[in-house]
Amino acid sequence: MFENLNWNMALDGWIVVAGVLCAVASALLGNFLVLRRMSLLGDAISHAVLPGLAAAFFFSSSRSSMPMFLGAVLTGILTALLTEWIRGLGKVDEGASMGVVFTTLFALGLVMIVQAADHVDLDPGCVLYGAIELTPLDTVRIAGYSVPRVVLNLSAVLVLNLLFILMFWKELKLSSFDPVLATTTGFNARVIHYLLMTLVAVTSVASFESVGNILVVAMFVVPPSAAYLLTDRLGWMVVFSVLIAGASGVLGHVGALIIPSWFGFHSTSTAPMMATSAGALFVLAAVFAPRHGILMRMLRQRMLAWKIFREDILALLFRLEEKSAQQAVHPGEIQQLLFAGRVSVSVALYWQRLFGLLREEKGAYALTSPGRQKAESVIRAHRLWEQYLVERADIPRERIHDKAERFEHFTDARLRSRLDDETSPSTVDPHGSIIPGESMDHQDVTDDPESRA
Amino acid sequence: MTQSRRCQTAVVLVLGCVLGSMPLMGQEHDALGDRQHSITDRRVEWPTWSQWKRVFLLQDYNTRVVVFGTTLLGMAGGLVGSFALLRKRALMGDALSHATLPGIGLAFIFATYCGMDGKSLPVLLSGAAVSGVLGVAVILGIRNMTRLKEDAALGIVLSVFFGIGVGILGVVQQMKTGHAAGLEGFVYGKTASMRSYDAWLIGGTGFVCMLISVAFFKELKLICFDETFAGSRGYPVLMLDMLLMALVVVVTIIGLQAVGLILMIALLVIPAAAARFWTENMQRLAVYSSVLGAICCLVGSSFSAIFPRLPSGAMIVLTSAVFFMISMILGSRRGVLVRVLRRRQLNRAIDREHLLRGIYELLEIQRDPSGTDNYQIPVSHSNLLAMRSWSSSQLGWRIRQAEREGLVQEIGGRELRLTPKGFREAARLVHQHRLWEMYLLEYAEIAPSKVDRQADAIEHVLDSDVIAELETLLLQRQNVEGVPVSPHRIGVASESGSSATSREVEM
Repeated sequence: MFENLNWNMALDGWIVVAGVLCAVASALLGNFLVLRRMSLLGDAISHAVLPGLAAAFFFSSSRSSMPMFLGAVLTGILTALLTEWIRGLGKVDEGASMGVVFTTLFALGLVMIVQAADHVDLDPGCVLYGAIELTPLDTVRIAGYSVPRVVLNLSAVLVLNLLFILMFWKELKLSSFDPVLATTTGFNARVIHYLLMTLVAVTSVASFESVGNILVVAMFVVPPSAAYLLTDRLGWMVVFSVLIAGASGVLGHVGALIIPSWFGFHSTSTAPMMATSAGALFVLAAVFAPRHGILMRMLRQRMLAWKIFREDILALLFRLEEKSAQQAVHPGEIQQLLFAGRVSVSVALYWQRLFGLLREEKGAYALTSPGRQKAESVIRAHRLWEQYLVERADIPRERIHDKAERFEHFTDARLRSRLDDETSPSTVDPHGSIIPGESMDHQDVTDDPESRA
Repeated sequence: MTQSRRCQTAVVLVLGCVLGSMPLMGQEHDALGDRQHSITDRRVEWPTWSQWKRVFLLQDYNTRVVVFGTTLLGMAGGLVGSFALLRKRALMGDALSHATLPGIGLAFIFATYCGMDGKSLPVLLSGAAVSGVLGVAVILGIRNMTRLKEDAALGIVLSVFFGIGVGILGVVQQMKTGHAAGLEGFVYGKTASMRSYDAWLIGGTGFVCMLISVAFFKELKLICFDETFAGSRGYPVLMLDMLLMALVVVVTIIGLQAVGLILMIALLVIPAAAARFWTENMQRLAVYSSVLGAICCLVGSSFSAIFPRLPSGAMIVLTSAVFFMISMILGSRRGVLVRVLRRRQLNRAIDREHLLRGIYELLEIQRDPSGTDNYQIPVSHSNLLAMRSWSSSQLGWRIRQAEREGLVQEIGGRELRLTPKGFREAARLVHQHRLWEMYLLEYAEIAPSKVDRQADAIEHVLDSDVIAELETLLLQRQNVEGVPVSPHRIGVASESGSSATSREVEM
């Protein structure tokens, strides 16, 4: 599987370093873009810099990097400014104003480049897709080591971004979550906003000149989004996003070398594979994240449904007992009354027998005394809610049952006694059924013999 | 239920209409091979009169076809875009157009392995459609199943799908059989080389998209404005959302050929955003937006036909940008100019009201103004200046303005008095102001020293209904006729040394 991995430290090492530097620098800023709902700004800027590049070329009539860099950064900032301006002045939605600005600038750039195309090799492709594979070729000697120029540039950008975030941490945090409060506490959220935009432009331009724009656009959005699913704290979000960005840098290059070989090709370009692996890491985070992951959410939902189902069975047995003094109930009857499947009913019954809430006699089930106490508390909650809804919320009698059916599962002993205090001291609910009393030995907080067992 | 089925049929219809027409298209493509003129063949810097005439009278078959095709595309883009804009998904076309790239690459590889021509348009477009639909599914999945917002979902799909696509193209370039060079054409768009059948396909599909949008107009409008309400009325929100996205996918994919991957976004965003300045009505928005899209495409592609050096995709976008700027400034509903004018009118009215109220209050300090002819008493400029924080030039300007409206009369340049009309107006304003002050004192329990400022802010926007209500609420109880007395010390600040003119008014 890995036999085609011809790792060469001098080549691949530097490529990975350049990729990781770019990824981390972009992900740092990306956190704040995602929080401010401006995730697509990186994409917008990467298209919009085209006229800047072309203009720089017209003025300096060379493809040297400094004027190009300046031209691109200036148009990048211009994009952010124009977007903000159209949004504010024209009251246009953020996404739409971004769309108007960057497509227009891109079209302008395209026209300019087509005019210049006869004179020089300057096509949008080569301007927009810098090649990360060429990183190790262009080197600079520093303190006896030859270091690729790209790595130096990207390190400078990374340090700049890091300094910005550390220096303005509090301001960034406040202005991302609550710009109004930020302004009332005395600093200008706009200044922070434009500083951030400027750095986004610098980072994008520095990166896609050297490693290609796909990588930057992806790294602005994907690692921070994954990190956003993993944690609720901004500090950890930044840390996670940096880790994910770094990991996808390494994985991307390895993937670019290996994955095509499975299908009989040599290798593919590195930068897109870094974006792809960031996407793969995002999928992992989205599925397995501890609190906000899809899997955990489904699991939590199922657990809740399972708990409600068990409580419903106990309440059903209690009601049957109350109505017709029928002690034991067959599983088939429970299935019919609760519209449940055979398997889930028998698992739930087995489970509750295990915890001593039910006992089995000749294939039929009846409540034990702890089971009856638990059922009583559910029924008590149900009937107290019904009484409360009729007396206090003026809800018509026909409609209270469904609501009470839902609330009964989330009502603990304390809430039950509040409900009892709030409603009239009646012992029967609006439908005329007796409200069971509070059983004394279950007034603890958990109210659940299963969890104590 | 019928709603949901209708939607399903529509989604299937939209996708089917693109996929279904593809095999047909391939044959036509060959049949029309001999007619494949590129309209960029002319290499003249400035067109001659006959060329202008040829383009504008659509004498050239090819020009006619290209202009017709892009115009219909512009209409479809504008119409679908107006829904996307209101749904705050303006950049969806952006994400989807990038998401088509892996499909294009995979379709090329697949077709080449199957021995077909990898670069035939039907194959590539079906690949693009499939991966575009996948992109839509992922966007909806991220939005509905995680806590990420719309923009992040679009950004993720855009960058990751594009990354995968470029990765696949990197592989494609190594294929011995493949000549992948033309695939990049999808990224930048070559309208100029549009063939007549492409134009017919684009036009036809655009037309079907428009028909579907019109058929589902009410439903789409509802999910644009109030998704929850639509859900509670039993509309299949997810299906309608899918329908909208499918329309965007289809328009994007057919547009790829005409204006290219990146500039296609502009056709979905700009006409709709520009039309938004002209109307508040959804129906009109859709009409304006599609008309604007059509005009932009018409003008843009004609320009490109006249000046061969200008790429038509870029020209279409630049034309729409010009229309956008014009609409943003001149738009009759939300345009900048209209809003500035409206604001200036309001400011002017506020200034006039402040002036009249200032005069009235000064009169009140000297004598009861409601007595006969008492309003004729002149008021000096300096006293007025002390009432409000105006400079003397501001005051002069305001007085001249009020004079033009026949509300005040200047006397000798240093004093002025109210006209009968001005007096009625002033009494009405003071009446309103004091009512609001009393309301604040009575019901909001605000300190008497603060009510003046608060009432200042609101008195200009009180309408007659509110005034009538305040009157019954406050005055009947207190038995006050005409203008009620001020609940606080009037205007001229006592600490500024001019206490001689100020008078404590007892409640």
